[in-house]
Formats: sequence, structure tokens, C-alpha cells
Amino acid sequence: MAKLTFNEDRCKGCGLCVSVCPKKILRLSENKFNKEGYTAVECIDMSQCIGCAMCATMCPDVVIRVEK
Amino acid sequence: MAEKVLMKGNEALAESAIRAGCRCFFGYPITPQTEVAAYMAKRMPQIGGTYLQAESEVAAINMVYGATSTGTRAMTSSSSPGISLKAEGISYLAGSDLPAVIINICRGGPGLGGIQPAQSDYNQATKGLAHGDFHILVLAPNCIQEMCDLVSDAFDLADTYRMPAMILGDGMLGQMMEPVALPEPHESKIEKPWAACGTEMKRPHNVINSLYIKPDELERIVMDRYARYRHIEENEVRYEEFMTEDADIVIVAYGASSRIARNAIMAARAEGIKVGMFRPITLWPFPKKALDRVADTARAFLTVELSMGQMIDDVKLAINCRRPVYLANRTGGMVITPNEILAKIREIKGETL
Amino acid sequence: MSIVFDRPKSLTDVPLHYCPGCTHGIIHRLVAETIDELGIEGKTIGIAPVGCSVFAYNYFNCDMIEAAHGRAPAVATGAKRANPDRILFTYQGDGDLAAIGTAETVHAATRGENITVIFVNNAIYGMTGGQMAPTTLPGQVTQTTPYGRDPQIAGYPVRICEMLSALDGVALAQRVAVDSVPHIRDAKKAIRRAFENQINKRGFSIVEVISSCPTNWGMEPVKALEWLRENMLPYYPLGVYKSKE
Repeated sequence: MAKLTFNEDRCKGCGLCVSVCPKKILRLSENKFNKEGYTAVECIDMSQCIGCAMCATMCPDVVIRVEK
Repeated sequence: MAEKVLMKGNEALAESAIRAGCRCFFGYPITPQTEVAAYMAKRMPQIGGTYLQAESEVAAINMVYGATSTGTRAMTSSSSPGISLKAEGISYLAGSDLPAVIINICRGGPGLGGIQPAQSDYNQATKGLAHGDFHILVLAPNCIQEMCDLVSDAFDLADTYRMPAMILGDGMLGQMMEPVALPEPHESKIEKPWAACGTEMKRPHNVINSLYIKPDELERIVMDRYARYRHIEENEVRYEEFMTEDADIVIVAYGASSRIARNAIMAARAEGIKVGMFRPITLWPFPKKALDRVADTARAFLTVELSMGQMIDDVKLAINCRRPVYLANRTGGMVITPNEILAKIREIKGETL
Repeated sequence: MSIVFDRPKSLTDVPLHYCPGCTHGIIHRLVAETIDELGIEGKTIGIAPVGCSVFAYNYFNCDMIEAAHGRAPAVATGAKRANPDRILFTYQGDGDLAAIGTAETVHAATRGENITVIFVNNAIYGMTGGQMAPTTLPGQVTQTTPYGRDPQIAGYPVRICEMLSALDGVALAQRVAVDSVPHIRDAKKAIRRAFENQINKRGFSIVEVISSCPTNWGMEPVKALEWLRENMLPYYPLGVYKSKE
């Protein structure tokens, strides 16, 4: 059981977190923009998250908080 | 009054800086100021201060920048070519509102120039030191006692107004010996809440910086700084007058050339020519108002300079060209003689009086 | 549930100005995590450079000093000599540290100045729009090497860790990268060691971080990291080049 919290407005949609997620549960939203105009990251199935924090480690903008 | 000791100008200046609380000195060898560095290298370890020989003048001024950013009194010294190298750092000090004391024991230029005394860095010091809108305080001693006193004042002025201060000397003042009364060691009471010396988790972080990307912000910062400069021009001007009350011809000279001019004045008076002297001690702020008052009674001015004539422009501006302004000068490290000045005085008498 | 990953306290809570996918943010975070872990925020003074990370002074909660281009090691020297009990770090890019500031870097290193240097090498001048850096690879196209860097004209890249490892004053010279999670974890350990060295008065420590510049390399962020692995790591091998125990 793990939980990701996104500071959505800080996300620049670079996709580095998506590329390292071992469970492939992250993606950039397709039609939702944050206040800076970026397509921010979202989790498509939080129940599969293992709380490994690889996404947060890779994120250059400290967008992701991980709880486990 | 403290007991007088016989000291070389450069060494007296260095000792006085330490007594004024200078705890970091960063330098680089260059003639004719190297005695300042050598003295600091000897004394700083004795008082728990820092002497460090930098890899360049550029590094030295940036070490000063780092030390003064933390609130520590810091100084560097050099001679003309080295000051050109420090220009970048001095602009950053000014742009970051940082105090610092910079010594220029001026020698002939341009380029490598020579190693003999000169005053050809006047324009550089007072006007064109580096990029950007800014001034630094420029103090010009004309004896060893003043070397001591002014370096002490320079630290206080720099801290008070948060800006760099320069002692503009020359090889003659740096190398000669005179008896001086050294000031007693004194602690500065000026607080520096802006210093970046570690927050100790007791306050928000301090940032020392000269970058303002938004032009309106930079304009406001520069204008605020110029308001401070105006205050300094009103309150910190220093000069000395010598026999100007009845003088027809007033010599304007600072530093070494003012010492030589004094002899010429006595010789001229012996011939019945009424000559006096106005000696700016602060070159920036230049004593414009005081000099303009002198123009009410004087009939001609003569600047005596060890350069091709740089201060002469400030004299003309100060008196709004109300009187003729002449120049007696030598340059390249050649020192003008009292006789050369006297010859010019006689010439002016023939033309103007 | 407990928090396993969160924003370090010594990083200010403001958005970073860096381009999407720029790894400066990762490196900032690693420095901040280290400051937090060592409990030194209150006694740390950071020196920001000129270049993309010029605004680093806005991103750390410790006291910060902005230096002239390339002069950060000299500024850190002055601050450290005046305050030997403070922790000084510089954060510099490749143009800042390895071109205009080469003299300051080499001499701070050889003096064994007890400071920590974080050197971000992304093989390009980012802030000015992608010109050749001292670390630009042979053949690499930049705005000022439009036909690719030709060593016959522009000379060869400089390998800073290798060069500095020859100096007696250097306590640590280590090259790391931030292209993958394992590499980021190694980078964190190196940065922590570089700060611990300073606390233990061992002398000059430099961590060179191989980094990417998606915008000026003209690549998607993920692609840029692949390019980094394929092109930069062979030229700039990771590892410890000097370590004084």
C-alpha cells in the first residue's frame, strides 16, 4: 500500500518519472493542463504503486511526495 | 595622542587597517605596493586574521567579495594594472552593496606602463572604474599620517554606506617614511544584518546579489543607490585649503603633487604672487561646492597633476568654467618639481593677472 | 503510512525556473537533502554561479552569495577564510567552472581550500542559448560549433576530475551522473561525502555531475538522458578520481 501526492502545478510534463516507473502506472495527462500550461503527470492505478520512490528520485521539480 | 613611530607609507597603511578591524587581506604582488602585502603576511597570523596570496588580482578581489559578504572587514591592495583586473569585482561589490577597502598605489600607465609614482588613474577611480552606474568612495592622502587616518575612515565609510572605498595613493607616498601616530585598535559598532554568514536557523536566508532581471527593479535599485550617493556628496566631502583667502591663483592638487605644490606656493609668495592651494581629500565625492566658493575670489586655477590632466575636468566643472584653469603636469612616472610649477605660475601671472 | 520521499527542508518552496526535464533540479535536491541530513542548514553558505543555475540563490534556504562568472571558488575562499566554522559550497556549470573560472578552480583545489564544489557538466552553455562549452564533445553540434566541434579548430574537451586529481590539495574528485535512479543514488552519496570531507577539514572536494540539457541539445528529456549515456559517459567515465582518506 503506497500513495503518491503530486504538486501538480509544479509539474513541467518532462516525463522522466514516467520513464522510470517499474509498474508503468504513470503517464502524462492527455487533455488536462496545469496552470503553467503543461500536461502534468498522473497515476492511472494507485493500487499498484509499491512506493519505491523512483519517480520522485528522477523528478527534477520535486513534484512527487511518496508515502508507504 | 599616541607616540609617533617612523614608518613607510605602505606599512603604516597596513597596520592602520588592522587596527581598524580589517581581518582579511587578499593580495597579489605588484610594484610599488608589495610592502602592504608583505606586512599583512607578517601581521595577520599574529592577530588571528587571514592573509592569503591569491592566484590573480581577479581572484583577490573576489576573495574580498566573499569575506565581506559574510560581514568581515576585508581589504586588497594593488597598483594600476592590478586595479584594472579588479575592476570586475569592484563593480560586483558596488552592485551588491558591499563594503570593502581597495588600495591603489598608482604607477604610470597605460598598459604595463612603469613603476614610478603617477596619478593617471584619477579618471578610472572617480569615473570609469568598471561597468554599470555606480560610484566608489575615493580618498587621497598626501602624507603617511593621512594614509593611516584615511584607511581607518575608509572602513567606517564603506560599512556605513555599504559601498567600496578606495585609497588612491602613489608610489611616492607608499615608499617614503615619515613619523606617524598610529590609531589605537578599535572595534566597529556598525551592525550588518544583511551579512550572509549562516542563518543559524534564526532568520530567513540572506542573499548577496547584484542580478535583477526585471528592468524596473534594477532601475529602482540603482536610483536608490544614487540617492545614497547624493547624501554622501552632501555630507562626506573633505578638502583642505592653504592660503586661499587672498590668493589670485589657486592650485588644485591632491596626493604627492600637493606636497610639491606647497613648496612652489612659498616660492611664488616670496616673489609677491599670491598663490594658494585647494587640496581635495575626497576625490569622489569631489568637493565641488567648496571649490566653486573659492572661484568667487580667485582669478585663475592651476591643477598640478602627475598625469596628462585628468582632475582638471572636474575643476572646470566645479567652477562652471568661471575662471581659466591651467595645468602643470608630468606623467609616465616623472615627478614634477617646484620650479616647474613656479614657472607655470609666472606664466599665468603674465597672461591673467 | 509514513512519508518515504518529500521535499527537503533546505530547498525553498518555490518553482524552479529550469526547462522541463533539466537535471539541475535533481542536483539541487541532492544538495538540499545532504544539508538536511547533516543538519547544517544554519551554518551553510552557498555560492551561486553565472549560467543556468544563476538563480540558485533563490532555491536554497541557507545564506547565499551570487558570484561573478567563474569566481565562485575565490568567493567561497574569502567567505571560508573569514568563517572557518561555516560550510561553504559552490554550485557551478561547465562554462563557469571549466572555462572562465579555470584559474579560480585550479588554485582553490591546489590550496586544498576546505570547500565543497558541485560541478554540473552538461557539455553546453545553457543560459545563453546553447554555445560550445569547454566540455562540449568532439563532433557535438552547438550554436557556435554548427558543423560539430572540430578539435583542430576548437580544441579538445577538458576533463576536470582527471585534471584536478593530480593536485595534492584535492581530498575528493568524483564524477557521477543523474541519468538514472541508481546513478542519482550514487551521486547523492558522493555529494554527502564531499560535505562530510569539509566538516572533517579534509580539504577541497569536487563532485562533477554529468547532466543533460534537453532544450539546447534539441531532444526530449528522456532522449537526452539516453544521449548522455551513449555519448558523454564514454568520454567522461564515472568514478572516484581522487580520494584522500
